[in-house]
Amino acid sequence: MSMTMTQKILARHAGLDHVDVGQLIEAKVDLVLGNDITTPVAITEFEKAGFTQVFDKEKIAIVLDHYTPCKDIKSAQLCKQARDFARKHAITNFFDVGHMGVEHALLPEQGLCAPGEIIVGADSHTCTYGALGAFSTGVGSTDMAAAMATGSLWFKVPAAIKVTLKGKLQPHVSGKDVILHLIGKIGVDGALYQSLEFSGEGVASLSMDDRFTISNMAIEAGGKNGIFPVDEKTMAYIDGRVHRPFQAVEADPDAVYASEVVIDLDKLEPTVAMPHLPENTKTVTEVAGLPIDQVVIGSCTNGRISDLRAAAAVMKGKQVSPKVRCIIIPATQEIVLQAMKEGLIQTFIEAGAAVSTPTCGPCLGGHMGVMAAGERTVSTTNRNFVGRMGDVTSEIILASPDVAAASAIAGCVADPRA
Amino acid sequence: MKVYKYGANVDTDVIIPARHLNDPSPAALASHCMEDIDAQFAATVQPGDIIVAGPNFGCGSSREHAPLAIKSCGVKCVIAPSFARIFYRNSINIGFPIVECAQAAEEIQAGDQVDVDFSTGVITDRTTGKTYQAAPFPPFIEGIIKSGGLLNSLKERGAAK
Repeated sequence: MSMTMTQKILARHAGLDHVDVGQLIEAKVDLVLGNDITTPVAITEFEKAGFTQVFDKEKIAIVLDHYTPCKDIKSAQLCKQARDFARKHAITNFFDVGHMGVEHALLPEQGLCAPGEIIVGADSHTCTYGALGAFSTGVGSTDMAAAMATGSLWFKVPAAIKVTLKGKLQPHVSGKDVILHLIGKIGVDGALYQSLEFSGEGVASLSMDDRFTISNMAIEAGGKNGIFPVDEKTMAYIDGRVHRPFQAVEADPDAVYASEVVIDLDKLEPTVAMPHLPENTKTVTEVAGLPIDQVVIGSCTNGRISDLRAAAAVMKGKQVSPKVRCIIIPATQEIVLQAMKEGLIQTFIEAGAAVSTPTCGPCLGGHMGVMAAGERTVSTTNRNFVGRMGDVTSEIILASPDVAAASAIAGCVADPRA
Repeated sequence: MKVYKYGANVDTDVIIPARHLNDPSPAALASHCMEDIDAQFAATVQPGDIIVAGPNFGCGSSREHAPLAIKSCGVKCVIAPSFARIFYRNSINIGFPIVECAQAAEEIQAGDQVDVDFSTGVITDRTTGKTYQAAPFPPFIEGIIKSGGLLNSLKERGAAK
């Protein structure tokens, strides 16, 4: 019986030879993740249920990244609760200020995700690690508590959508444009209860950072996960990071997919998502010139080194428009250091941008770039829902780092190719 | 039993905006529930009231604070044609009933008086006199809801220390 990548990983972790679409299974997990918003709720439930031990202190990751460095007293209390729990249970992979980064950039960098593994996280963008050929998916705090206690979780085996990538990305077009285009095509519930499985000759041309960005936003199409085949680029990325055995899987050639979407990378244009849904996509040329107040470059979607390189290449020697506040947030400490070595931070500061320590910050309207009534931001983050980054009348336009950087300079939505 | 009605893709950011996630107590979450989509909701909702909405209810963030906020307001259940999958899991895991029924979600209007029988899946709109049959939960999921949530069901099974 043929299976998709997702089916194979789920079957193996459930101790089964085969799983069918729609089957409810209980599967072992290789890593359980939580952040400073979701972990405290999980801890409260864990303790309320009377659990006293975690299943494996090395297979839990707690990252304080959303409201950190703490923005107020209440968020400091939440971090303290998570910190105390991590110390009490000697959680190996606990990341506090000074070591933390935006979780979905940090975990792969730290070698905590490998091909063929199951990673669950109390954060919806946990689907990011599908870029490495892992099955990873977002869950809630009660799921996190259950997984911390038992090392396993219930899943419904998803049907899959095959996303076939053809051709090669053109200059100033990146993974963000691929995923925005896909969401625009299938809608914010186009992959609901389903897996997105990427394939085709176009995959080879995508960098790992492009793949992370694409898998990251699978949830914005409603997807359970978004998974890439494992190739030389995957192996080169995990070389020196992952120091444990793992088993990569391949989809069977005759695996069954519920539907197929084909994207021609050669023809893909820089794409943006207009307020207030990620499916409201336009090519940048259709909306160029729209005035903006702020630009945010960062997040678990686009705060990686390739993203900063792309933004710096556009901004080098130029000045951020006086109408715009430009905030750049490298996603991890390692990325900050690398950006310093390459002179990117200097480029940003000389251009008049603010550079922040790693945090999720403005992406969810937490801090570090919250908008007033009627303001508009071009952001490399992942959601443009009503009120997401501030006042309910503020607006977010989702874009790639190239488009965001060009817009910061121009003072309006701008085409980086212009 | 009064119905509050909303459209498609009600996301977790409007159910409970992130600016309020720094206090996860049920009372605090309830006081800001639906704030960015319906500023009057938290002040007017009564225990037993029902939310009816369009497809993909609860899309976006994994925050369990979203179903917790709705549950903490005393809302009896949410009826929609479909739910975002993490919201679906979270609701079941905290023992909060969600009901998938496209026809009911389309036809029931704001302000209608509605009853839901969870054991049969029958939805009755007392204002119009119409009844609807919701899709039943698989036995495994029904078991979690009957136990009062995932952790209770794990405890009943003696699954962890």
